[in-house]
Parts: sequence; C-alpha cells; structure tokens
Amino acid sequence: MAPILFFILATLSAGGVVGMIVSKDRAHSVLFLVLAFAALGGVFGLLDAPFVAAVQVLVYAGAIMVLFVFAVMIVDRTDSRENKKKSPVRIFARLLAIVLFAELLLAVREIVRGMGNAGPAGGTDTVGLGSLLFEKYLYQMEIASILIIAALIGAISLAGKRGPK
Amino acid sequence: MIPTAFFLILSIVLFVLGVAAFFIKRDLITMFMAVEVMLNSANLAFLTFAKSSASLDGQVIVFFVVTVAAAEAAVGLAIILVVFKRKKSIQSDDLDIMKG
Repeated sequence: MAPILFFILATLSAGGVVGMIVSKDRAHSVLFLVLAFAALGGVFGLLDAPFVAAVQVLVYAGAIMVLFVFAVMIVDRTDSRENKKKSPVRIFARLLAIVLFAELLLAVREIVRGMGNAGPAGGTDTVGLGSLLFEKYLYQMEIASILIIAALIGAISLAGKRGPK
Repeated sequence: MIPTAFFLILSIVLFVLGVAAFFIKRDLITMFMAVEVMLNSANLAFLTFAKSSASLDGQVIVFFVVTVAAAEAAVGLAIILVVFKRKKSIQSDDLDIMKG
C-alpha cells in the first residue's frame, strides 16, 4: 500500500512542478505549486514525520503560497509578452539541468545500489521533536524567531514605501 | 517498506526541476517559486536521511528551513512589489540597469 501511495504522491508533486513550468498564467503556476507542496507533505508523512507533514501543508501550501497569490493579484496575471525566441539561456538551462541530474544521481549511487530500506521506525514521536526543539536547539529557535520579526518589519517597510509617481 | 533511494531520487528530480524552472522562466515571481521548490527538495533529503539514521535532528533542521523560507518569501515578495511599482514590469529581462 505504502509504495503505491508514494508513487501517486511523487507523481503529483513532480507533475505539479512541471505544470508550474509550462503554464503561461501565473495564477495557474501558483495553484500547481500548491498541489506539488501538498503532495510533498504526504511524502513527508510517509517518512514518519507527521508533524513536519502538517507544517508543510499548513505553512507552505497554506501561508507562503497565499503570499504568492497576493503578489500575483497585485502584479498583472499573465506575461504580457512571452519571448518566443529561443534565447541561449534556455538551452543552457536544459543542459545544466541534465548535467546536474546526472551529477546528483552519481552522488547518491551508493545508496541507490544498496537499496537500504528507509530505516527502522521510531522517528515518529512528536514529543521528542518538541523537546529537541526547545532544549538542544533552543538558541537556534530564538534566532529563528528574531529572523521572522526582522523579515516582517523589513517586508512592511519595503512594501509600504511610496514609489515615484 | 519504501527504499530510501526512491525518496532521494524524488528529491533530486524536484531539485533539478527547480533549477530548470529558475532559468527557463523569465518573471520574478515564478523564479521565486522555483527557489521554493529547491528548498522543498532539500527538506525532503533532510527528512530521508533523518529517517534512515533514525534521528530527529533532521526534522528540526527542516523546521528552520521552513522558517527561513517564510521570512525569505515575505521579504522577496515585498522587493518584487517595489520593483513592479518602479518599473511597471517584473520580467527579469527588463531589470538590466546593472548590465555592462
């Protein structure tokens, strides 16, 4: 059952990203990405990380993508002039993608060959995660909260600035 | 059980798709979304290794990545809005003020 679920979710997430690339409408791109992130949340659930899966769906597919929807609403929705000409950048992008894919596959080839199962269960306890977050990683947690406040104030002061009329 | 390799390969595929989208798309918002895809594929790799080594530290790092991604999205989209106000365009080709 679990492998079938994994393949469905993996196809949905990769297909969502491909849909984001090919769609011309920015709003459709955002919605495809919401689909991809929600499916990825399911994959996280398969990795015995239920809390991270919930965070993925709530924060990523929910909050962050709503920010993107608002940004798409404020700027115009479609590319007014999609450049039709094949720029060299696009060809380089495909080349880079293929080379990078081969390189990364080479990097994990030992694990792929070993085909080890995804470890023993026992990483599921959310209580352990919470105590780790508030004991071992307490400083990092506080720094992250300061980062969030700084980003919030920075975003407000940037977006509230008056542009040249 | 699902082999670790499947999750790693999904992570690689998502990362490469993110890199390709970043260079193929020409508008700033979609390029930004491509960065989010890359961050998510890194999260998937972290969770995969956290599971295969039966440790929770990888999941903690995923939390910090999500935090930084949220901060980055807020500031980045504010910058994109400022650019749109000034230039009336968010095509990366139009932002050639630094071009030599």
